[in-house]
Amino acid sequence: MTLNQLTAHEAVNLIKKKRITAYEIMQDIFNQIDKVDNLIKAFLFINREEALKQAKEIDKKVKNGEKLPPLAGVAVAIKDIIATRGTETTCGSKILKGFIPPYNAMVINKLREAGAIIIGKTNMDEFAMGSSTENSAFGPTYNPWDLERVPGGSSGGSAAAVAADETLVALGTDTGGSIRQPASLCGMVGLKPTYGRISRYGLVAYASSLDQIGPIAKDVTDCALVMKVISGHDNMDSTSVNLEVPDYLKSCQEGIEELKVGVPKEYFIEGIDPEVKAALEKALKIFEKLGARIEEASLPHTEYSLPTYYLIATAEASSNLARYDGVQYGYRAEEYEDLSSMYQKTRSEGFGSEVKRRIMLGTYALSSGYYDAYYLKAQKVRTLIKEDFDKVFSKYDILITPTSPTPAFKLNEKVSDPLTMYLSDIYTIPINLAGIPAISLNCGYSKSNLPIGLQIIGKHFSEETILRAAFNFEQNNEVEKKKPSIKPAKHKGVKK
Amino acid sequence: MTEKIITKKEVEYVAKLAKLEFNEEEKEEFTSQLNSILDYFKKLNELDTERVEPTAYVISMPNLLNEDKVKPSLPQDEVLFNSKYVKKGYFKVPKIM
Amino acid sequence: MREEVVIGLEIHIQLMTKAKMFCHCSTDYIGKEPNTNTCPVCLGLPGSLPVLNKKVLEFAIRTAVALNCEINQVSRFHRKNYFYPDLPKAYQISQYDSPLGASGYMEISLPENKEKRRIRITRVHLEEDAGKLIHEGDIASSSYSLVDYNRCGIPLAEIVTEPDFRSPEEARIFLVKLRSIVQHLGVCDGNMEEGSMRCDANVSLRDAKSSTLGTKAEIKNMNSFKAVKKALQFEVDRQKKLLAEGIEIIQETRHWDESKSVTILMRSKEEAHDYRYFPEPDLLPLKVDLKMVEEIRRSLPELPEARRERFIKNYQIPEYDAEILTSSKALGDFYEKAASLYSHSKVLSNWIMGELMRYLNENKVEIEDSPISPEKLVGMLKLIDEGIVSGKMAKGIFEKMFKTGKDASKIVKESGITQITDKNELFAVIDIVIKENPRSVEDFSEGKEKALHYLVGQVMHYTKGRAKPGFVFEALKQRIKKI
Repeated sequence: MTLNQLTAHEAVNLIKKKRITAYEIMQDIFNQIDKVDNLIKAFLFINREEALKQAKEIDKKVKNGEKLPPLAGVAVAIKDIIATRGTETTCGSKILKGFIPPYNAMVINKLREAGAIIIGKTNMDEFAMGSSTENSAFGPTYNPWDLERVPGGSSGGSAAAVAADETLVALGTDTGGSIRQPASLCGMVGLKPTYGRISRYGLVAYASSLDQIGPIAKDVTDCALVMKVISGHDNMDSTSVNLEVPDYLKSCQEGIEELKVGVPKEYFIEGIDPEVKAALEKALKIFEKLGARIEEASLPHTEYSLPTYYLIATAEASSNLARYDGVQYGYRAEEYEDLSSMYQKTRSEGFGSEVKRRIMLGTYALSSGYYDAYYLKAQKVRTLIKEDFDKVFSKYDILITPTSPTPAFKLNEKVSDPLTMYLSDIYTIPINLAGIPAISLNCGYSKSNLPIGLQIIGKHFSEETILRAAFNFEQNNEVEKKKPSIKPAKHKGVKK
Repeated sequence: MTEKIITKKEVEYVAKLAKLEFNEEEKEEFTSQLNSILDYFKKLNELDTERVEPTAYVISMPNLLNEDKVKPSLPQDEVLFNSKYVKKGYFKVPKIM
Repeated sequence: MREEVVIGLEIHIQLMTKAKMFCHCSTDYIGKEPNTNTCPVCLGLPGSLPVLNKKVLEFAIRTAVALNCEINQVSRFHRKNYFYPDLPKAYQISQYDSPLGASGYMEISLPENKEKRRIRITRVHLEEDAGKLIHEGDIASSSYSLVDYNRCGIPLAEIVTEPDFRSPEEARIFLVKLRSIVQHLGVCDGNMEEGSMRCDANVSLRDAKSSTLGTKAEIKNMNSFKAVKKALQFEVDRQKKLLAEGIEIIQETRHWDESKSVTILMRSKEEAHDYRYFPEPDLLPLKVDLKMVEEIRRSLPELPEARRERFIKNYQIPEYDAEILTSSKALGDFYEKAASLYSHSKVLSNWIMGELMRYLNENKVEIEDSPISPEKLVGMLKLIDEGIVSGKMAKGIFEKMFKTGKDASKIVKESGITQITDKNELFAVIDIVIKENPRSVEDFSEGKEKALHYLVGQVMHYTKGRAKPGFVFEALKQRIKKI
């Protein structure tokens, strides 16, 4: 076994015990990246020298007997939508190619203080708009479990990097499922925290009222470990909530006897893959065995989530992405006649088609005469969706659902039909609309050896509860945990 | 879908607002795609939301306010670093109007 | 049809906080090197987020309360979306359907008929300022504009009035008073030339018998009180002329060109923006604690109106004087400082409203920068009272004081232009005058008082005004009696 295959908590313990060095882990990480990333294409940028330097510094601390921070020597890959001072931050877009922010996102500062080492920036759907990482201006990322398939998205690079052992953990962002769906499709653990739990400062906005940063990890413990570090109030983000950060690791240790679990019936109807359904039913039995009480629940407005989400998200996006105009940073068209044509050419050449489609949709939804019919209507339905959750959570502690209706699909399968692509997020989107937390973790594999994820949803700020439920399941899952065997050659010719 | 929800002319208007430009083929494609998306979104009209308050924020808490304190600004070279179109410390753009 | 003028104003005031509205950059941007007063937040860099400055909120509430507005306990920020190079996020954070303050009013007094008018304030809301565009050389021939973001994110309060003004002069009077109020509140310096107070106006005409408004034109770029009056008068005349010619007025935005004294078309309604306002997701609804509003209301400083009444009562000066002296905070402060050092308060107001304001205006100097301080002015007035200089001489001394900033006593010492206090010297002059004007002496002896005045004048003439008229008067009488 090579050290890049460790989990973060295993690595930290071994470093503390002086059994291995941070430098050795880092070497194995970069060896793996060198070996497989030409197939996976999870990374857009790699911080090799800086990372090795920082690993040496950690080792020096160990040698000097200094107290080690909680993520000492842990390699972290960062989704390229999170600002990193001095390192290119492109959001997977041509329009931000070459943009080097003069500031760090708050989560980057927190990770660095905790001793984590940022090894690179990961690929993603342009501005987090997509569910397959095919919408990256820099080419797609491939699923380590099957290189002909997508890793999910938009945090596909982060999920694939963790799955392929190219990093110990990664950060993703989740606006409508962008952490949970790729975590599910890559067999990893991904957590979308409560809106306001983690500072959004430095997270390049897609849809500000829905976006949250969260971890993608190899197991629940790593997820809890990273959550503890990156959570908390930030006086640079007016929407970050001033609540104490619990010890998520500790809360995992408790059992789930008598935990009241609701299973929303609306999540099991149209379009669900039978293998996904079967895996979930098997998982529910384990929860039952662990003492949880499982009941059917109802979220009656589920079917309205998708249009609600796309109206709100695209409206906010149309405004958030207006700043990419070629004036101050990023791409500017080479040729233009006047100011207006500079704007139009820059934006038309700089954005990919899905981004343009969403900007158009959002601009339309906000434009004079349509606001009430579309945007306001969507905000009202958002209230109904939120109230659905308020109601079920008065009865249940958590909800369990599939994360994605299907396992990983093939590249190009859904690209030409935006609506079908949108449907792959139907189980994750309502959670963002309600602003509540949810975790996705692996519960089994399909016959063709593709990971299947389950989603555990909690009420506002109940990350402790969903982590505890996830941890108990993970420890008792009867399906043996697998690692992908990355087989090259196969996907040649699939590339566009 | 028979009836068009958004016409090509509206697509052109929205594109102008969003500062995007499309060729004829793209306009047709966008019009058709946006129509099928909006047609699906009509689903929301099934719901009576007359008396429902809109949700713009999912959290509620006391306002976070800054103290009125001056902290250092960014140095000029860092501000201008990401642009090729700079003159005498300013960003250069095509003439307005 | 009798046309009635209908004017509404939109005034932006720059709030005098230390830091910008949503970040910690300084508000002191004027004269700085371009793009040196910015940070990721006010530059709108990707991932940056706004956090409202506490003082901005306090100042805006203070303004709204002073304008008798109701304070919305929950107001909201909206994004106003449009593309322009001075707007780095391509949206302005502003307030839309729930402003901080609404439904207020302000009273103005119209001097010609002593009438008081209540001008309704529609709303007071907060918004951020944009950057500045600069043109090198000739705007027509240059192919590019230059962008400086130093001003981005400067806090502004926008004050919108109902269309309650019936003449450009009313609008001007309102603005002068509003400026004085915000100065007294300590929320804005009210400098129109530097742009810390900016005014746009909506102008229309309507049939006096009708209550429906005519089509309005929006006038922008008026950079002084005078410009406001001139621009509005120009616009009223333009619209009257069009109506007289039977031409329909179209809704448009017009720009006041100060150098040519005309308004010119900027854009018509067809080109008007579709701003796509929606709630700013990065800022939670602004909750205002009623206790805070009451606290602010209680601790409001003295406003110009109350100050004017106090001036009338305490200093026994006419209403007209008090009105002018409280028309700006600094002027009122100047007067009060001087009045604390000098008891002849009417003499003081005469000098300030006369000589001092004339020199300040002629030299385009603000009262804050006056080379003659209240102490120096009082010093000069005391020289008059002590008989060291005459009132006439004082005017010359005042001019020198204004030019050099020196004390009156120093100028007097240096130039030797004191009053003649040596009686023998004066008697010598008086004797000469008596000798040279036997007719007048005779007339006076026969009871013609007027003749004595002529003789006093002659003495003043000989002494170049350096004699004290009262003394000369008495001395002449005695001398002539003795003859």
